[in-house]
Amino acid sequence: MSTETVLRPGWKVPIILGVFSLASLLLFLLSGRQGISVFRLSSSGEAVQLPALELPVMASGIVISVLLIGLAGFSAYRVTRAQRTPLYVIVIFGVLFMVGLLVWAFVDATLPVTGLLTGTVALSAPIIYGALGGVISERVGVVNIAIEGQLLAGAFTSAVVASVTRNPFLGLGAAMIAGMLVSFVLAAFSIKYLVDQVIVGVVLNVLVLGLTSFFFSQVLSEDKQLLNSPPRFDKLPIPFLSDIPVIGPVLFNQTVIIYIMYVAVALVYYGLFHTKWGLRVRAVGEHPTAADTVGIAVNRTRFWNVSLAGAVAGLGGAFFTLGSVGSFQKEMTAGLGFIALAAVIFGRWDPIRATLAALLFGFATNLQNVLGIIGSPIPSEFMLMLPYIVTIIAVAGLVGQVRGPAAAGKPYVKA
Amino acid sequence: MKLELRGITKRFGSLIANNHIDLVVNPGEIHALLGENGAGKSTLMNVLYGLYQAEEGEILLDGVVHNFAGPGDAMAAGIGMVHQHFMLIPVFTVAENVALGHESTKWGGTLNLEAARETVRTISQRFGFEVDPDAIVGELPVGVQQRVEIIKALSQNAKVLVFDEPTAVLTPQETDELMAVMRQLRDEGTAIVFITHKLREVRAVADRITVIRLGAVVGVASPTDSNEQLASMMVGRAVLLTVHKDEATPGEAALVCTGLTVLDATGHRVVDNVSYAVHAGEVLAIAGVQGNGQTELTEAIMGLQKHVLGSIMLDNRELTGRSVRHVLTSGVGFVPEDRTEDGLVAEFTVAENLMLDRADQAPFVRRGTLQLGYLRAFAEEKLREYDIRAQGIGTHVGRLSGGNQQKVVLAREMSKDLRLLVVAQPTRGLDVGSIEFVHRRIVETRDAGIPVIVVSTELDEVSALADRIAVMYKGGIVGIVPGDTPREVLGLMMAGEKPAGVSAA
Repeated sequence: MSTETVLRPGWKVPIILGVFSLASLLLFLLSGRQGISVFRLSSSGEAVQLPALELPVMASGIVISVLLIGLAGFSAYRVTRAQRTPLYVIVIFGVLFMVGLLVWAFVDATLPVTGLLTGTVALSAPIIYGALGGVISERVGVVNIAIEGQLLAGAFTSAVVASVTRNPFLGLGAAMIAGMLVSFVLAAFSIKYLVDQVIVGVVLNVLVLGLTSFFFSQVLSEDKQLLNSPPRFDKLPIPFLSDIPVIGPVLFNQTVIIYIMYVAVALVYYGLFHTKWGLRVRAVGEHPTAADTVGIAVNRTRFWNVSLAGAVAGLGGAFFTLGSVGSFQKEMTAGLGFIALAAVIFGRWDPIRATLAALLFGFATNLQNVLGIIGSPIPSEFMLMLPYIVTIIAVAGLVGQVRGPAAAGKPYVKA
Repeated sequence: MKLELRGITKRFGSLIANNHIDLVVNPGEIHALLGENGAGKSTLMNVLYGLYQAEEGEILLDGVVHNFAGPGDAMAAGIGMVHQHFMLIPVFTVAENVALGHESTKWGGTLNLEAARETVRTISQRFGFEVDPDAIVGELPVGVQQRVEIIKALSQNAKVLVFDEPTAVLTPQETDELMAVMRQLRDEGTAIVFITHKLREVRAVADRITVIRLGAVVGVASPTDSNEQLASMMVGRAVLLTVHKDEATPGEAALVCTGLTVLDATGHRVVDNVSYAVHAGEVLAIAGVQGNGQTELTEAIMGLQKHVLGSIMLDNRELTGRSVRHVLTSGVGFVPEDRTEDGLVAEFTVAENLMLDRADQAPFVRRGTLQLGYLRAFAEEKLREYDIRAQGIGTHVGRLSGGNQQKVVLAREMSKDLRLLVVAQPTRGLDVGSIEFVHRRIVETRDAGIPVIVVSTELDEVSALADRIAVMYKGGIVGIVPGDTPREVLGLMMAGEKPAGVSAA
């Protein structure tokens, strides 16, 4: 079959970019906001102090808008030449647009850049863990809708165990076991009893939500001191690395859970693409019959890797209670498990890309927090929508048609 | 290694797929297992390979009884299999596919793919294959994919090698090359089981032949037996292998395609600037190896393809860009290549399937109501006329044999007021008896003055039916040649070569 491509890339990308460029231009010209935005790059108490950036709003806004229009024009030019818009153009566009929005929002105010980014990493953590669980599970051929339930189970269990034992590490272990238990149910029903994986996942989410809410109001609230006041992990700055300006405080002045996350992302990536384990996982998720004919036990592989996925997602749950909030709250995962699912797809079932997608969602969430604090002119209801709008644009607009593991969602039955 | 199967019996519910089958394959021998589709050949081999567990009987290798709980055991014992539907993971590289299940690793489970690449290179060299260990399998031509399957089996030091219908997807040239590889393996002492229903290949390559019918061994034949002898053993009665066909009396050009191009979703030209005409009262066969654009070509005529450029004129009316409904009401009958997927609704009855693409108009529907009485009479008549072996018109089509399913599709499509008949792979998976019937109906349709397009990957079928043959390769038509063109010429054309004296399409 000839590989020559004759279908022209569509006008979708340049049109979207154009609309955003014009929106940016109008925002600056019509709102008539004058003044100076200050971007603070280091907080007091850091070893290296960087000077703060002072940006005049109107001038920066016009420069940025012109650059945006230029990028949109470049994209349109590519389309007329029947070429696709390269991904880096879209990324640069997104970053510029975001900077523009920040400059505009923080007029005559100070934006703590490190604070914004540190919060991004923290808020992304459960999404990243959840997405890793999703990647492993889907790569092995089981659709994991139950990430939300695994997160919530992990959050609940880690809070109780850490409170009772006064040891946060035991809480972490308990969170993994809880996530795994949720996975056992998912695996048993979808692999052994061939129930539709999406349905089992949804039902599990509702079940875990109901169970944890029940125990929260009936048991935990009886003796909050004993059962729901886990010791939190403290921030653990890594010597030397944490002194690097901007990057240091953002990445290397975090809790143990975040450091474990870095290792987990790297391990899952390396494992999936460079080890025997990963080769077999991917084989089972792509073509289970072929895997079977070379002597790989398909359903056993699926069962244990779905369990592993649950354990990883459970760790993400522990972040809520041991890493950030400090106690279990009803429905505290608030749908982040579903955002993690979106990150899996946005990241094309690749652990690194899924992590980046999760960071994007985390950034949107934290931006909404930061903007809320300074009292931005954008209505707060709209700000609350931000992470979800980013998710929809990301998954629907930019991902387009992607191909997941071929056998994901299909139970394997031997003839 | 000597393979011996003793009294293998495998049941699926009440169906006996294998009934006390005995088979001995010696080292250095190609043993053909000949039988029709559904005779139980593949079941037997899946028992051998550990995919199925037999209820009775034993498997002996060099006189030692083995019990295989899964393919892993069979492989470890030295049995390799080249599957009919390749057991390769399309997104993996050749080396990864060869390594899978027997990965050699370095520290911490890290893959050592270099070892697998080396294996691929060594085996490729031995047989003169040109296989790049780092190529993505899904992007390779099927012929090369099959070689990857062979390499995969040999990399496990298989001493007994099973080829399950290996030639279904190959060009005649590739088939010849495969047979050379099989002979080389045999001469090196491998015991080879060659499963097929193609008589020509059995006679060309087999040392011994065991014929299976309805799950049981019916006898042993010799490669020197005639096609007719082998066929009658296979079917259980005397069969006609060629349809009687008078000289065609072509009329006006009825279907005229000009500059027809079909793009797939990613913009690749799957049909590339094809022009041809089919005359009333002739059969134009479209030959070619599976996947060279034949499917898309027929679907373009039916309006099932999205991106179609060029023109398709039927009786001087434009069909491109029209809906499937419009094409059907223009009098086009269509027998799709996969009857279970596209031709029939398995959960519907024979009667319901017989009116499937006419269920929106009289006489089947009046004032929005199904005319069940009419349908019943119609279905009963077709059941008789087409000799559809079903308990009744209320039987679910999914319960019929392949041959009877195909008859249901044919009955439906041929009982319309036809202006054009498009038949794709008319006899795929059919028994010899049904093939006779289907071929006869196609020739009768032609003789009634209707233009017929037959798409087939089987050269025997093409030669039997065609008045003219268009050979497709990589989306284009290599040439249109007379129906009596020799196989060798067609084979070359199927590989994209244009022999001297063949006019351009």
